[in-house]
Amino acid sequence: MATAAAEKKGFMYYFTTVNHKDIGKMYLLSALTFFLLGGALAEAIRLELIQPGMQLFTSSWDIMGKEINVGLTADTFNKMTAMHATFMIFFAIIPAFVGLGNYIVPILIGSPDMAFPRLNNWTFWILPFSALLMVLSFFVPGGAPAAGWTLYPPLTNATYSPGAGVDMWILAVHLAGISSILGAINFIVTILNMRAPGMTLMKMPLFVWSWLVTAWLMLLGTPVLAGAITMLLTDRNFGTSFFNPAGGGDPVLYQHIFWFYSHPAVYIMILPGFGIISEVVSTFSRKKVFGYAPMVWATAAIAVLGLIVWAHHMYTVGMDMVAQTIFMTMTMLIAVPTGVKIFSWLATMWGGSIDFTVAMKFAVGFIALFTLGGLSGIFCAAVPVDYMIHDTYYVVAHIHYVFVAGSFMTIMSGVYYWFPKMTGKMMSEKLGNWHFWTTFVFLNLTFFPMHFMGLMGMPRRIADYNPIYTDLNVASTIGAIGFGVVQIILIYNVFYSLKKGKDAPANPWGGETLEWTVPSPPTEHNFEKIPVVK
Amino acid sequence: MAHHEHDHDFHIPGNSLWSPLSCIGVGLLAFGLIAYLHAASFGMPQLVGTVMMLNGAAITLFGAGKWMYDLVMESRERGFDKKVEVLDIANRYGMLFFIVSEIMFFAAFFAAYFFLRSHAFVWPPENIFTLDIALPTINTLLLLTSGATITIAHHALMDNDMLKAKNYTFLTFTIGFVFLGMQMLEYSHALFDMDSGVYGATFYMLTGFHGFHVLVGSLMLVAVWKRMNNGDFSPQQHFYFEATAWYWHFVDVVWLGLYLTVYLM
Repeated sequence: MATAAAEKKGFMYYFTTVNHKDIGKMYLLSALTFFLLGGALAEAIRLELIQPGMQLFTSSWDIMGKEINVGLTADTFNKMTAMHATFMIFFAIIPAFVGLGNYIVPILIGSPDMAFPRLNNWTFWILPFSALLMVLSFFVPGGAPAAGWTLYPPLTNATYSPGAGVDMWILAVHLAGISSILGAINFIVTILNMRAPGMTLMKMPLFVWSWLVTAWLMLLGTPVLAGAITMLLTDRNFGTSFFNPAGGGDPVLYQHIFWFYSHPAVYIMILPGFGIISEVVSTFSRKKVFGYAPMVWATAAIAVLGLIVWAHHMYTVGMDMVAQTIFMTMTMLIAVPTGVKIFSWLATMWGGSIDFTVAMKFAVGFIALFTLGGLSGIFCAAVPVDYMIHDTYYVVAHIHYVFVAGSFMTIMSGVYYWFPKMTGKMMSEKLGNWHFWTTFVFLNLTFFPMHFMGLMGMPRRIADYNPIYTDLNVASTIGAIGFGVVQIILIYNVFYSLKKGKDAPANPWGGETLEWTVPSPPTEHNFEKIPVVK
Repeated sequence: MAHHEHDHDFHIPGNSLWSPLSCIGVGLLAFGLIAYLHAASFGMPQLVGTVMMLNGAAITLFGAGKWMYDLVMESRERGFDKKVEVLDIANRYGMLFFIVSEIMFFAAFFAAYFFLRSHAFVWPPENIFTLDIALPTINTLLLLTSGATITIAHHALMDNDMLKAKNYTFLTFTIGFVFLGMQMLEYSHALFDMDSGVYGATFYMLTGFHGFHVLVGSLMLVAVWKRMNNGDFSPQQHFYFEATAWYWHFVDVVWLGLYLTVYLM
């Protein structure tokens, strides 16, 4: 059938492929690309903030006495903050998890592929067009959106953002959103319908559980985001006034609908990571997951609570006090199931025979740092505290401890863990160790000072600042440059290992889940015979 | 594994050009809309955007059409005399969850409607002349009737009475198109527009998106009818009919919500 096509794998093969492993790898590769692009924008932000005043985003640069006209402004800086988040969220983190899920989930449940393979192809190949719209928005008159990734009106209405950039952002997110929704359906149906005989729901590996729950969040949240940005699109272009007070509309309405998706989106970007950590910690501790059933229920509880806490992003808009209290309480409740998870990982390691591979180091590093990100979240959730730290660098610190110490480190853990399975080559542990330790140090150097900046009152998304914040910003920028540079180790490691890595055996780590029972890399349809789970 | 028998009934198709081709179409449609909306700032005629959108839509429909054709051919190859359980479950789950996502999309607009209405000083706002209730009431009766006719068609199909099933399916999409005609008539009478404040915005977006879904549902029913004429479906195996019927009921229920909130309340 496909063996003839597999011999010569050119562009047309990958363009038309319906194999979940090919599609998973394409997702991961494109996530890496946008991780670098989003990272470049972050470096630009940090370089600007190394000193008060304007450095990078000025009309001309002074390079060794020569004046070079670059025509940048503080507005360009605003585009950087908006697009850094946009690229990282929609084109790096989510696709990276979708890629790992696409590759690994069908194998973990003993299935030959995803439920709807052609749909799987569609959900990947719509993304390049979405990404192209997003990237090209920099080059149209008016440029990319400069109002933060949240695109709040009135800053993004036709008066204040008249260019094509915001509309391109909207359509790009629409395309990525359709991809998310259809991908979510594919994941749910695959997991519900294609498990090998004997694999009951409560025998599924936790990574599969985390994807089942994540897919539900995507399915319920993404269409609501589509609604919000459709209203923004018609407000901008077709004269509706959903968010325009002149016609009876209300900008706060946008925030409600937007955050109904975008708060669960945070969980979409961390729950699959939780799943990866459970797999990695269990394998490298040589122990079964501690408290499997509570872990499943904690995942579900985080998702359910995650859907009803969106307004904690909006305490300062003048909401009803009772509503604020309810949203605060619900938000803090999320700490309970999250705590269940942290303690399950610790208890799984407790008394285990721990093998500190790079994947395990990233997992343990994640547990330590993510706890910090979770705790700062509790502060942000408290209404009176949030009044003071809202829109300050404290929130930036919090979300980066969730996305970088959380999502990024879990993705890294997953990549180091499953790379041998996906490519048939072992990754260099030596380079991996360098990558882990430097990443760990620079990550903290970058983001830890931001807590203090925030508590001192430094506002986020502003190109210039009061000189009292200088020292902290210098530290943060040094950290960011270091963080960026050491990611070269990762990229080098990936390509070096692909070429020169040792051949990977079927089960290099002594794992007990189904992916380790098949060759590395697995054959086209994973299993010669569908496995039977006892 | 081409060389030996599968030990499972899952459908694992070979590579397909049609799904990525429809991605190109959808991409072109999006770029075309941008070129159309911002033609002036790009310094080119709006026609460029229009042509891009038309081509995008054509490529999308061509790709999706070929994809659907493959699906129909594969289901004919499997035959309709017995049900492949795992495929049937996959398809049902797939359609069900797709409808869930559609419900959430409408939920966003209903939420906007209730939020704006509850924050308004008076509703309907001043200077809005609301529509007469007669036409939407007739439309409600039409859609409710169509819900009954599709059910009669379903029962006929399960009793292997293909002629009756065909005729009632035909009746259902005819009612769908009549509904759309009535809706257009109503739009032409309305004394407010999409830019008439939040009333116009919520009214046209809600009823407009609903109307679009009626159109899609009607076209799906036309396809069901065509397949029935070609001898597809059996009392045991008629997933595509059921999926369309579910979709039709969903569209029906959304309308009831609209009728109660937007028109009556």
